[in-house]
Amino acid sequence: MKVLGFILQKEFRQIRRDTTILRIMFMLPIIQLVIFPLAMDFDVKSINISIVDNDHSTYSQKLISKIASSGYFKVVSAETSFKKSLAYIEKGQADLVMEIPAGFERNLVREGVQKIGISVDAINGTKAGIGGQYLNSIITDFNVNIDMNLRGAIAPEQQGAIDIRYTNWFNPRAEYKYNVVPAILVLLLTMIGGFVTALNIVKEKEVGTIEQINVTPIKKWEFILGKLIPFWVIGMIVFTLGLTISWLVYGIVPRGSFLTLYAFAAVYLIALLGFGLLISTYSDNQVQAMFVAFFFIMIFILMSGFFTSTDGMPGWAKVISDMTPVAHFVKTDRMIILKGSSFDDVKMEFLYLVGFAAVLNGWAIWNYRKTN
Amino acid sequence: MNAVELHKISKTYDKGKLRAVHEVSFKVKKGELFGLIGSDGAGKTSLFRILTTVLLADSGSATVAGFDVVKDYQQIRNRVGYMPGKFSLYQDLTIKENLEFFAAIFGTTIDENYELIKDIYDQIKPFSDRRAGKLSGGMKQKLALCCALIHKPEVLLLDEPTTGVDVVSRKEFWAMLKALKEKGITILVSTPYMDEANLCERIALIQNGEIMSVDTPENIIKSFPTTLFAAKSENIYKLLNDFRSDAKVDSCYAFGEFLHITLKENGGSDIEDLKEFAAQKGHNDIFIQQITPGIEDSFIRLMQEKTQKPTH
Repeated sequence: MKVLGFILQKEFRQIRRDTTILRIMFMLPIIQLVIFPLAMDFDVKSINISIVDNDHSTYSQKLISKIASSGYFKVVSAETSFKKSLAYIEKGQADLVMEIPAGFERNLVREGVQKIGISVDAINGTKAGIGGQYLNSIITDFNVNIDMNLRGAIAPEQQGAIDIRYTNWFNPRAEYKYNVVPAILVLLLTMIGGFVTALNIVKEKEVGTIEQINVTPIKKWEFILGKLIPFWVIGMIVFTLGLTISWLVYGIVPRGSFLTLYAFAAVYLIALLGFGLLISTYSDNQVQAMFVAFFFIMIFILMSGFFTSTDGMPGWAKVISDMTPVAHFVKTDRMIILKGSSFDDVKMEFLYLVGFAAVLNGWAIWNYRKTN
Repeated sequence: MNAVELHKISKTYDKGKLRAVHEVSFKVKKGELFGLIGSDGAGKTSLFRILTTVLLADSGSATVAGFDVVKDYQQIRNRVGYMPGKFSLYQDLTIKENLEFFAAIFGTTIDENYELIKDIYDQIKPFSDRRAGKLSGGMKQKLALCCALIHKPEVLLLDEPTTGVDVVSRKEFWAMLKALKEKGITILVSTPYMDEANLCERIALIQNGEIMSVDTPENIIKSFPTTLFAAKSENIYKLLNDFRSDAKVDSCYAFGEFLHITLKENGGSDIEDLKEFAAQKGHNDIFIQQITPGIEDSFIRLMQEKTQKPTH
């Protein structure tokens, strides 16, 4: 135990001395938490639309002004033919083309039915999808409110229509920041546990200092713990820093208990430290470790529900997602922070994380013994 | 009791494809300064790694300070000071911090064994707050030696300590080894430099993973089986080729500014014969002289014998 103390003292001294890494570790939460939630806003506001009005009627004018005044669309051009409008999409100046056919008003009044053509630039999938939806809902709204329908000569299907109202629970205004802030907290721990630890251990191999350590009476577990404990401590500090920033900047305070949250963070960090250790046992130098860690952490982040909901994944992808520790912590982290879930609600996820911690560390230690 | 004993140690890498050392056996007596002499890739580092218990031999057995390298590796690690060929201390820690750290993990302090490292440490003490990475090669080497000595080891294993170090520092380093030997520490040191072989009490010549000879430097030189001549002329390269084509010449190789030559049979007028041969080939300024062989000559001769008459 005394030896472990000396190793820890040495490790902290070295970490403190590597000011670049130290700065990155502590700047990371600040930058990520301040920039990401603001930048990653899926609420699309300025959709450029080009309109072809072949009707030039009162109704078509009304529809166009409704779209223009919605706040979501910017009418970039009004053209006389679809071809001319499409040129705007081709040049990337418009995201949507809406074509109002000739006889729009007449058909609406006489037959109660009319079709409108909408063409969407699907290069930017999100913008196109959301823009299309907005446009749809504006047109539906327009449809309900046109004089003819209001006057009572109402089309029968409108009468018993079900009016759907949404309420976003736990995130009433569906603001993206509530979604992304807890996930970034997880990302922070992932970076420190996965990257920094792997690099630190491999560095000893690369520089050759492990050669000198191996011939001393230091036991393997002392060396490993000496490596893991400092980064565990730093990880917890960074996590706390992250929580403080999300409170200061976004006013997000965990609704659930801090104890549960920290218990999860602690176990998650142990699992990720094991992951870092595992990578280090398979790599000979820092470049290798960096690439391997990057490869897996990319998968972790993309599959974890960080950006996209895991519920929408196909079955096989869901299995992969479940096999990453990140997915479990992203999920519970959101539950505890936003929903106020108690430990009882998330105890299965906790067991998963304990399992990951045990498997990753066990594997790493087993492999570490074998190679040395 | 011998401080270090190797018995038919063999080690291969890449699943047996690459032979590192083959049936190496030698003994280092207690308190001896023993040199392991061989060129790069001869297997010296593999032997050191086996002796320091970080590498397992495929076959054979070895003891260090009386303990088996496999069974009692923990015992050995407390009794051995190891200095790897590559500088392996923490470059981001200062001289003092490195030394303190290594003292601490061996359960001792700098003060406790200060007597042992005093002479060496005093030379780097003025820089004790400088980070190890910022030291010159000679200073790094002194620091590494201090760290290897800080726990008062019985056996000191030094893997090519003088490689890449300037001539003056090398001289100083060997003087330090002599002083440590006086204090009763057994030293096993490897080097690719033949001139350092003379500074050891006994040496083992190693080539391609096999020990060619183990003896005192004097005996190895004495056992040089034939007369050695040094020769030079205006055109040394042509002279080398000419002598190699001479049927009477057994071996001829470049050695500094001279050629070293041995003959298949020695007679009374060898020098005159060689001179005459060189003159016939049109050489000017011919100089030929009989010389006493050095370790390098013995090494080259042993190497040639091995390749000419492969015993394995």
